[in-house]
Amino acid sequence: MKAAIELRQVVKRYGATTALHGVTLEIGDNEFFTLLGPSGCGKTTLLRMIAGFEDVTEGQILLFGEDISGREPNRRPVNTVFQQYALFPHMSVIDNVAFGLKMKGMDLASRRQRAGRMLEMVHLLAFADRLPSQLSGGQQQRVALARALAPEPKVLLLDEPLSALDLKLRQAMRVELKQLQEETGITFVFVTHDQEEALTMSDRIAVMSAGRVQQVGPPREIYEAPVNRFVADFIGETNLLEVEVEAVEGGMARVVLPGGHRIACPAAAGTAGRHHLSIRPERLAIASQGGEIEATVERVVYLGTDLQIITRLDGGAAFDVRLQNSARVAVPAPGTRVGLHLEEGAARLLAD
Amino acid sequence: MKGVRHYPGFTAIALGCLLVLYAPMIVVGIYSFNGSTSLTTWGGFSLRWYADVFTGEEAERFGMATWNSLTIAFMAATVSTVIATAAAVAMVRGGRFRGKAGTFALINLPLMVPEIVIAVATLIFFSTIGLETGYLTVLIAHVTFCIPFAYLPISARLQGIEGTYEQAARDLYASRWQAFSLILLPLMAPGIVSGYLLAFIISLDDFIITNFVKGAGMETLPTAIFGSVKQGLKPNIMAISTMLLVVSILFVTLSYLINRRGQKTLVQQGDRA
Ligand SMILES: Nc1ncnc2c1ncn2[C@@H]1O[C@H](COP(=O)(O)OP(=O)(O)OP(=O)(O)O)[C@@H](O)[C@H]1O
Ligand SMILES: [Mg+2]
Repeated sequence: MKAAIELRQVVKRYGATTALHGVTLEIGDNEFFTLLGPSGCGKTTLLRMIAGFEDVTEGQILLFGEDISGREPNRRPVNTVFQQYALFPHMSVIDNVAFGLKMKGMDLASRRQRAGRMLEMVHLLAFADRLPSQLSGGQQQRVALARALAPEPKVLLLDEPLSALDLKLRQAMRVELKQLQEETGITFVFVTHDQEEALTMSDRIAVMSAGRVQQVGPPREIYEAPVNRFVADFIGETNLLEVEVEAVEGGMARVVLPGGHRIACPAAAGTAGRHHLSIRPERLAIASQGGEIEATVERVVYLGTDLQIITRLDGGAAFDVRLQNSARVAVPAPGTRVGLHLEEGAARLLAD
Repeated sequence: MKGVRHYPGFTAIALGCLLVLYAPMIVVGIYSFNGSTSLTTWGGFSLRWYADVFTGEEAERFGMATWNSLTIAFMAATVSTVIATAAAVAMVRGGRFRGKAGTFALINLPLMVPEIVIAVATLIFFSTIGLETGYLTVLIAHVTFCIPFAYLPISARLQGIEGTYEQAARDLYASRWQAFSLILLPLMAPGIVSGYLLAFIISLDDFIITNFVKGAGMETLPTAIFGSVKQGLKPNIMAISTMLLVVSILFVTLSYLINRRGQKTLVQQGDRA
């Protein structure tokens, strides 16, 4: 993989507070790369450092092998789609889109033509002569996208570009963004705190928390093989149980659940002792009896496509099960005792 | 909720204030059209005192003074607006720097210091450095005290403009200067125009400082009016005052309207974005 961006031990301090504690990342060329994490974990800070709006306190940022720390933002082949779009309010839509081309010295006729093509791409050519304030939020968002893509940057940075849109539009834009990235072949670095957004669009995701990268990998790996408690908990829903690892043999660990049930699971991080175990609620099947775990149904919540069965393990821990809402499933009534079957690989021991 | 009118005594106090503030101006306005030579008895409607201002025996003196006033106001407003714009950008966009609070106080001090103190101090300063009082000293003094008046609307406007616009420009390959001149300056324009008009009117209007630093023979409109009044009050003064009043009201209204319209465009964008 050729690296478009390389971060080496990047540290950012604001006075006494440290926003980033030594981040090391490699973002590939043509990759849709997502920075995912809760509010305040340093996503925007990292993005702004790549764009050149913040100084690097320590470490290096390389763009296609070249150290760009300390270079002015206008001298980096990187464009940004701002969270609040930041369209120039006194310029028409087409002038906004053509701005970067003008600064790069393209002549009027060519830049109008190219800006027009960009607007066509985002289906806004009819709005070329309007002012940004005369557009809806979704339209402004697409103008911001066209403006950032027009100068053909090598890397596009997007800071929560969909967060101001309503759900339907957001879902439509996810598909459009992904398509755009594939067509243009530009590296996208996408910031979000919405895990669903991250999972559906990204080639790879970096999960961040408190100024540190917790895990980097493709969506499937992040979701199915979280390396620690934070990632397991933050991505999707999961049942986190404190368990006792009794023994590890041949790559498998024997684990005691809070209720006393014993199950076996891959001993990825397993040494004997107390650990956390993550079990995804949709990787379970419910039966009236049998199963590795027994529990009592407390409530059934209707979620449309899914049913959420809230149960309680014998040891007293709450435990969620997700069933697809189909005519074939038998919905257990509250108060009944049920057996839970774990699918292959459903349970995962966490390092911490 | 009760309206403000329901406070006891509101109407009486409001009327009293309005009367004290505006009755003299209204009287001057009306009597400037008086046909008689008397200041107080009405002798029918006439424009004779307006004609007198432009053709009477004091016409030349007032003409010269008006020319001085306008040229000084024009130059003082221009220079002080440029300085105030630079100061506002430094104060609002410059981040934190040492002595920022002190700088802010220095810029705005002329608003708080009694004008007579500034007048005396400026005169002493000019005579110490050996600069002869006249047109130039008036101009310098006007530039100085106009700065805070230009600064206020400009910095208020700038504070309402988010920094992301300039960042977006820089991100799109604009140099610092291009980001300033192509993006920030047009967005600041309503504040700048408003500051300019305010500075212009403040300069046009000034009496105390001007009177101290103008030296002999040099007159601006306010000092000329004062000089004329000292020799006896004639109705032509009312005509001049009324014209000055109209110009002032025009400028202040213009400044207010421009500022409000600019505010609206920014707010609209902010709402949607
Ligand atoms: N200019 C600044 N001065 C001081 N601290 C700052 C500054 N900018 C950011 N921080 C701090 O750095 C940390 C990371 O901020 P950042 O804006 O990168 O978070 P984020 O992950 O983008 O969060 P969000 O999802 O809320 O946008 C926060 O704790 C924040 O308080
Ligand atoms: Mg952020």
